[in-house]
Amino acid sequence: MSAITTVCKRELRSYFATPVAYVFIVIFLVLSSAFTFYLGGFYERGQADLLPFFNFLPWLYLFLVPAVSMRLWSEERKSGTIELLLTLPITMWQAVMGKFLAAWAFIGIALALTFPLWITVNYLGDPDNGVIFASYLGALLMAGSFLAIGSCISAATRNQVVAFILTVVACFVLVMAGFPLVLDAFRSWAPQGLVDAIAGLSFLTHFASISKGVIDLRDLLYFVLMIGFWLYASAIVIDLKKAD
Amino acid sequence: MIETQALGKRYGDLVAVDGITFKVEPGQVLGFLGPNGAGKSTTMKMIAGFLAPTSGSARVCGFDVEEQSLEARRVVGYLPEGAPSYGEMDVRQFLEFIADAREVPANLRNKRIDDAIDRLNLENVLQQPIDTLSKGFKRRVGLAQAILHDPKVLILDEPTDGLDPNQKHEVRTLINAMARDKTIIVSTHVLEEVHAVCHRAIIIARGKVLADATPAELESRSRYHQAVSLTATDVKAAKEALSRVPDVASIEVDAQDGRITAFPKPGRQIFVAVNAALQERSIVVRELALEGGRLDEVFRSITQGNAATEARA
Repeated sequence: MSAITTVCKRELRSYFATPVAYVFIVIFLVLSSAFTFYLGGFYERGQADLLPFFNFLPWLYLFLVPAVSMRLWSEERKSGTIELLLTLPITMWQAVMGKFLAAWAFIGIALALTFPLWITVNYLGDPDNGVIFASYLGALLMAGSFLAIGSCISAATRNQVVAFILTVVACFVLVMAGFPLVLDAFRSWAPQGLVDAIAGLSFLTHFASISKGVIDLRDLLYFVLMIGFWLYASAIVIDLKKAD
Repeated sequence: MIETQALGKRYGDLVAVDGITFKVEPGQVLGFLGPNGAGKSTTMKMIAGFLAPTSGSARVCGFDVEEQSLEARRVVGYLPEGAPSYGEMDVRQFLEFIADAREVPANLRNKRIDDAIDRLNLENVLQQPIDTLSKGFKRRVGLAQAILHDPKVLILDEPTDGLDPNQKHEVRTLINAMARDKTIIVSTHVLEEVHAVCHRAIIIARGKVLADATPAELESRSRYHQAVSLTATDVKAAKEALSRVPDVASIEVDAQDGRITAFPKPGRQIFVAVNAALQERSIVVRELALEGGRLDEVFRSITQGNAATEARA
C-alpha cells in the first residue's frame, strides 16, 4: 500500500472516530437544505434544476470547509504527532497529499449525501443532469481549493481557532476577487492588468462557469493549479515551522 | 551504527547543538545525559530525521540523514519526547497504521504487531482509544511503535519518564534485551538508569559534549570514588582513628545522620587500612561501606563546574 493511501486512510478514519464528522455532515445537510428550500425558493421557482442549492454552496463552504481544514496540521503540531509522522519513512509530499485527500474525501462524502436533492428534482421535473453533474464537480473542486488554502494556513499555526479565522478570510477574499468589494481596493493604484489578473482569480467566476454545465479546460486548470500551489506552499510552511 | 560529525543546530542566534561528534556501534547502548535544554532532544531529532542540521552531518547505518533521508528513517525506530500518538485511535489501529507506514511486509505484519504488544504488555488495552490510557500506557504504546519494525537503530527520548518503578524496570529489561544486536541511544535525566542500561554515557550541556565515558569511568571522577563511609556509636573515637590512617586526605561527618566519610588521597585505596585501624581500637562500627562514586555529584560538577568557568571567562 502506498504511503499516501496509508496516511489518507488513517486520517479519514480519525474523522469518524470522533463526533466531528457526524456533526459536520448533519450541519452541512441541514444548512444546505435550508438555503435551498427557504432562501433559494426551490419549489416556488418552478424550475427543474439545482441552482438554488449550488448558488448558496460557496457561502456555506466558506465557513464549513475551514472548520475541517483548521485541524489538518495545527493539531499534529500541537499534539507532537507531527514528529512521529515525519520520522516515518514517508516523504513530506506524501504526508501533505495523504492528509489533504482524506479531508477532501470527507467533504466529498458530505456533498454526495445531498443526493436526495438530485433525486427530488428528477422526480418533480426533467432537469439537465449534465449541468447538475458539472455543478457537483465544480463544487468538489472549489471545496478542494478551500481545503488546500486551509492546509497551508493550518501548517503555519498550532492554534486551530487562528487557523479557522485566517482561512475564512483568505477564502472570502478569493471568493470575492471578481467583485467590486475586492477590486476597488486595487483599482485606484494598480495597473489594469493586475486588476484583471485578480479578477481572474475569483472562485465564484470559475465555479459559476462550470456550474452552467460548460466544463472548460481553463476552469479545471484554475482549480487544479490552485490546489497544487497551496499544497506545495503547505509543504514549505511545514518544513519551516516544524522546529518550533 | 550511528555516527555524527560536528553535528550542529542553530535557531537564529541561539545555538542549540554546538558541534557534537560521537559514534555508537551495534550492541552498544549510549546514554544521553544533560540538564533540561542542553540539546539532547534536538540532537536526537536530527538523527531521527525530523530536524535538518544547520552544520555537520549524521549517519545512521551508513545513510546520511539529509542526503538519504528515507533510507535512514527506515532503519530507525524513534520514540519522540513525550511519546506522542494519535489519541483518537485505539492501540491496535495505531500499531497497524505504523506497520503500514513502515512498510512491514504483509506476511510479517501481524507477527510483528503481536510481538510488540507482547513485549510491552499491551494486551489488555488493545481496543481502548489511546487518549483514555494512563501516562504509563501511553509511553508503552510509544515504545511499541518504535520497536514494531525491528529496527537496527533505536532512538528513545526519555523512555521511562512518567513510569512507575515496576514499569521502569520492565522498560530497562526490554532495552537490555534488545541491546545485543541493535544500536541504541537513550536520553534520560534519571541517573540510576545510566547504570541499569547504558554501556556508555555522554554528558551534554549547552549543546556541547562535556564527557564521553563508561558509567564506571564517570563514577571514578567522583570525589567519593574509593571513599569509605561508616556509622559508629562513638563518632569522636572513629574520627580520631580515621585521621591516623596515612592515606586518608580528609574526613567529613554528616550533620544529620552522623555518617562519617573518609576520602583517600588521589589514587590511594584506604578500605583495608581503615578497617584495620578501627579494629585495632575496638571501635564498634554499625556499618562500613566502600563508595563506588556518585554519578549525581559527577553530573553536577561537570555541568555546573563548566558553567562557572565559562561565566568567569
